[in-house]
Amino acid sequence: MLGESLAVSAILFSLGVAGVLLRRNAIVIFMCIELMLNAVNLSFVALAQQLGRDGQVIVFFVMAVAAAEAAVGLAIMIAIYRHKDSVNVGDVNLLRG
Amino acid sequence: MTTLVFWLFAGIAILAAFLCITRRSPVASALWLVMTLFALAALFVILDAHFIGAIQVLVYAGAIMVLFLFVIMLLNLGRDGPSDLVGWPGRLVVLAIGVLLALELIVVASVAPSAELRLPAAGAATGRENAVLAVSEPLFTDYLVPFELTSVLLLAAIVGAIVLAKRRI
Repeated sequence: MLGESLAVSAILFSLGVAGVLLRRNAIVIFMCIELMLNAVNLSFVALAQQLGRDGQVIVFFVMAVAAAEAAVGLAIMIAIYRHKDSVNVGDVNLLRG
Repeated sequence: MTTLVFWLFAGIAILAAFLCITRRSPVASALWLVMTLFALAALFVILDAHFIGAIQVLVYAGAIMVLFLFVIMLLNLGRDGPSDLVGWPGRLVVLAIGVLLALELIVVASVAPSAELRLPAAGAATGRENAVLAVSEPLFTDYLVPFELTSVLLLAAIVGAIVLAKRRI
């Protein structure tokens, strides 16, 4: 099941990358980042089945870090929304020349 | 039989992920992502990671996605707005990157995995032992320092999220 799992993980990761590049809504971009993290979790679990349980422990840590990142990232988006009244990343262009 | 179930849930995960990245409404995207997470939890169980599958449903689908939905509700973004997908120059770039990644996938898949990745003796151990023990025993012995550091990280995230979201600090 290892090869198939890695293939599915690659496809999900590519879909996440496509989502980040295609969308302009900041929250949907963040959801695609979470999709990428889950694809990597699938890789780790598939490899843990062959190489030992360290992969599952790494998945545990990835989930904890993803939770922390989601909380802080969404707080940042709320703060930006208060200033710009929009979560469209095209509107956050103060650094543009 | 296991292969059939595996491909069923893999197909659901890929389809739900594609629908997640293409929906116009953020709420619909969030719900399709929840479907993807459930399908991935089923895949984790098929791959002998029962505890991780349960944690995936509890933490990822049950807490992180609920947080997303709360934020979408607070910012009142639930309605179908104008589509926020980039125009055709951006889509061509994504198509080119997708073709590149697919070529890489084909190249990697055509190379046979090395001998180290075929260790049924070591791999079978994760299937037979207690699912929670498989994660908890390394977590509290080999990975004790990262475990404690994760608690500090979560504290920092809590404080950071509260400070960032306050109106007047």
